[in-house]
Amino acid sequence: MTVDLRANVPDGPIEKKWDTHRFDMKLVNPANKRKHRVIMVGTGLAGGSAAASLAELGYDVHCFCFQDSPRRAHSIAAQGGINAAKNYQNDGDSIWRLFYDTVKGGDFRSREANVYRLAQISVNIIDQCAAQGVPFAREYGGLLANRSFGGAQVSRTFYARGQTGQQLLLGAYQAMAKQIGLGTVTMYPRTEMLDVVVIDGQARGIVVRDLVTGAVSSHAADAVVLATGGYSNVFFLSTNAKGCNVTATWRAHKRGALFANPCFTQIHPTCIPAHGEHQSKLTLMSESLRNDGRIWVPKKAGDRRRAAEIPDAERDYYLERMYPSFGNLVPRDVASRRAKEMCDSGFGVGEGGHGVFLDFREAIGRLGQQVVAERYGNLFEMYQRITGENPFDMPMRIYPAPHYTMGGLWVDYNLMSTVPGLHVIGEANFSDHGANRLGASALMQGLADGYFILPYTIGNYLAQAKLAKVDASHSAFKQAEADVAAKVKRLLGVAGGRGVDSFHRELGRLMWDQCGMARTRAGLEGAIDQVRALRERFWKELYVGGRGEDLNQSLEKAGRVADFFEFAELMCEDALHREESCGGHFRTEYQTPEGEAKRDDSRFSYVAAWEYTGDTAAPKLHKEPLEFESVHLAQRSYK
Amino acid sequence: MRLVLHVWRQAGPSAEGRFVRYEVAGISPDISFLEMLDVLNESLIAKKEEPVAFDHDCREGICGSCGVVIDGRPHGPQSHTTACQLHMRHFADGQEIWIEPWRARAFPVLKDLIVDRGAFDRIIAAGGFITARTGSAPDANAILVPKRDADLAMDAAQCIGCGACVAACPNASAMLFVAAKVSHLGLLPQGQPERYDRVVKMVEVMDEAGFGACTNHGECMAACPKGISVNFIAQLNRDLLKATLAPPREGAAWSGAG
Repeated sequence: MTVDLRANVPDGPIEKKWDTHRFDMKLVNPANKRKHRVIMVGTGLAGGSAAASLAELGYDVHCFCFQDSPRRAHSIAAQGGINAAKNYQNDGDSIWRLFYDTVKGGDFRSREANVYRLAQISVNIIDQCAAQGVPFAREYGGLLANRSFGGAQVSRTFYARGQTGQQLLLGAYQAMAKQIGLGTVTMYPRTEMLDVVVIDGQARGIVVRDLVTGAVSSHAADAVVLATGGYSNVFFLSTNAKGCNVTATWRAHKRGALFANPCFTQIHPTCIPAHGEHQSKLTLMSESLRNDGRIWVPKKAGDRRRAAEIPDAERDYYLERMYPSFGNLVPRDVASRRAKEMCDSGFGVGEGGHGVFLDFREAIGRLGQQVVAERYGNLFEMYQRITGENPFDMPMRIYPAPHYTMGGLWVDYNLMSTVPGLHVIGEANFSDHGANRLGASALMQGLADGYFILPYTIGNYLAQAKLAKVDASHSAFKQAEADVAAKVKRLLGVAGGRGVDSFHRELGRLMWDQCGMARTRAGLEGAIDQVRALRERFWKELYVGGRGEDLNQSLEKAGRVADFFEFAELMCEDALHREESCGGHFRTEYQTPEGEAKRDDSRFSYVAAWEYTGDTAAPKLHKEPLEFESVHLAQRSYK
Repeated sequence: MRLVLHVWRQAGPSAEGRFVRYEVAGISPDISFLEMLDVLNESLIAKKEEPVAFDHDCREGICGSCGVVIDGRPHGPQSHTTACQLHMRHFADGQEIWIEPWRARAFPVLKDLIVDRGAFDRIIAAGGFITARTGSAPDANAILVPKRDADLAMDAAQCIGCGACVAACPNASAMLFVAAKVSHLGLLPQGQPERYDRVVKMVEVMDEAGFGACTNHGECMAACPKGISVNFIAQLNRDLLKATLAPPREGAAWSGAG
């Protein structure tokens, strides 16, 4: 296969690139838009906003989600907020600063031009969402309120209590619902995409399984958009919803889309620690808590006293000590790694020593209980519901957990993958966050892609692509349907006795230990062998049960876990080949004397884009060099 | 903990359902109710029996996917808590627990504990939005919203669309769900132009879907995991009355305290 890895970044100064490009792009005549069918897979912030915007423009949108309603996509669980360079606080923010913070926060492994565009568009997103009626937090005068997030020294995060993702998603969902009512979006809930169909080198549709009846069917279109989120569930225990999976992007990868930087995963520092063997997922506590909460561990290793019994002099507020200028608001990768180090060295608190304190005592003293409750009340309640402990009386215990994946399908500046016509938006692509995402930037990126980038760039593709007349009776669809049906049959046919969750749990533990917060050459090499061995056992010892022609949740899970097995290997390969530490990718062999990530810009300043070459064949590495014209490459410092 | 479960099993929408008795043992009080169902399902799979189907996704109380009636109460005994956030420490060792799906004509059972809540999506599609075409918005701070209004709108907007209100209502009414959306949007200046149209259209689709009428029992609010107030139903009724008895003139701006 010949691979075209041109990023198609427009020429000119960085602040003019997007404007120039918008002018240069070809347009689709308004009367012709309805003749173009676009398939949207996923209805989170990216997919929902894109489906609504494309339908408003006049395209014929067919939209798919595995949940029972598009309103339930996992974007809904984002708590803390969304960044925008509005500078409403007059504290020195600007598009340039948001751009710079994001490139630096990503440890200089993102594509500069994409990030600049993201920062530019951030201001329009807030306008758009406010106009839709998203009930953002307000000041008494009626103006929008802001809070601070990690990796920034300005207050640029907009929020709706601790449910910002929910409110933004409902905004996009309602905009899309309006289009469903008008008949411009056709919605297929409880429908899972199981293959992309490529005809004459162009993505021309998908094959799906109806999760209620089990029926497998084909859907043809002029372009396909994947907005299917990230793959944190490769770790089994993560903050992602149970249904989040890599299946859509992985199947697209097997059809020719390159997978970029799969080892760039984000471990979120403030999650509720795990409790036991039946735990099914981890729960995040918003990073916004680090605005007023102070993180500490006892100075004496193995100190098992209750927090209240430990006097201030015997507490180590280690982030404030190590990073005096950013303190508790260092970026996520730094905060997570330091928490792990503290626990690994025996300073951890709570069950098994896998936790550090997040303490609001000082904030309650300074602001009063009522103000703290107003800011974080719902998070405190959530914590109490899960742990049975009240954070007003004793500090929270937190521990890092897999949360977001910066890696994803490779896309060019137009958000198109290496398969023409196959676009990838939101967390599912790799483009904007480099090796570490800053808090409150995922919502920003999802909505930037969906509302303001894809609706332009997909038109540019459709206006120029030579599209043969194709419908779902084409042999390529029939073949893909047969492949999907065969896979379902194969899963149901494994005559073992072990449930799919048990395999997933074992895979997740392996990935967490060897490809989680700290990685080594030996560990990764061993992990690849172990993943393979476990995969073999999966296909021998699995028991799914039930039928294919029915609502069968065990079968759904089995298909997703089968893909996670294949994907996990690629993730380890990527982590193994990247002999440097950057952002969330920490190879213990490569660190500074202070224990910070040590990049190797001379060898690894590129996007690693992997090509699928066959089930047992080694994936082929392609490199997109990263050039930094507008920011100066530097070792990150938050001291 | 050891528990005796009576779980509603139903093979499909038209199949007959029944309670089936299961016993589970070794349940940690720290796991959630859905994790307890996971344990049950793992034991069923080990016996090569079909696991219990139930909707769930985020497991942190925000996506609105989960929802089962536990001992007659939607989402179970804890107030302001979805089934996924309900922990087994609220149950006693040896307790018998009855688990069944939402029961409402407008929410047909698909399988076991899973129901079809598509009617909620149809209600939103009828009018539960503010029209703001992408790209057409003014600067966000050009629209001032008093904090009190924004806070109240947020109280209503918190609805997760789980359907517990319908399951709790003796009439299977969806009024709390609809009222939450009508109030969220109607409380904001951005929502005024479509305010009366919205309420009429949403209520129309709600009625068509087969939900019952509201007779002010208040069970919905007690069951709502987000604690959404029945005051919003009063708000909806005021708007609906105004829209149907004295429709505002075309183009006339709404004024007054509602």
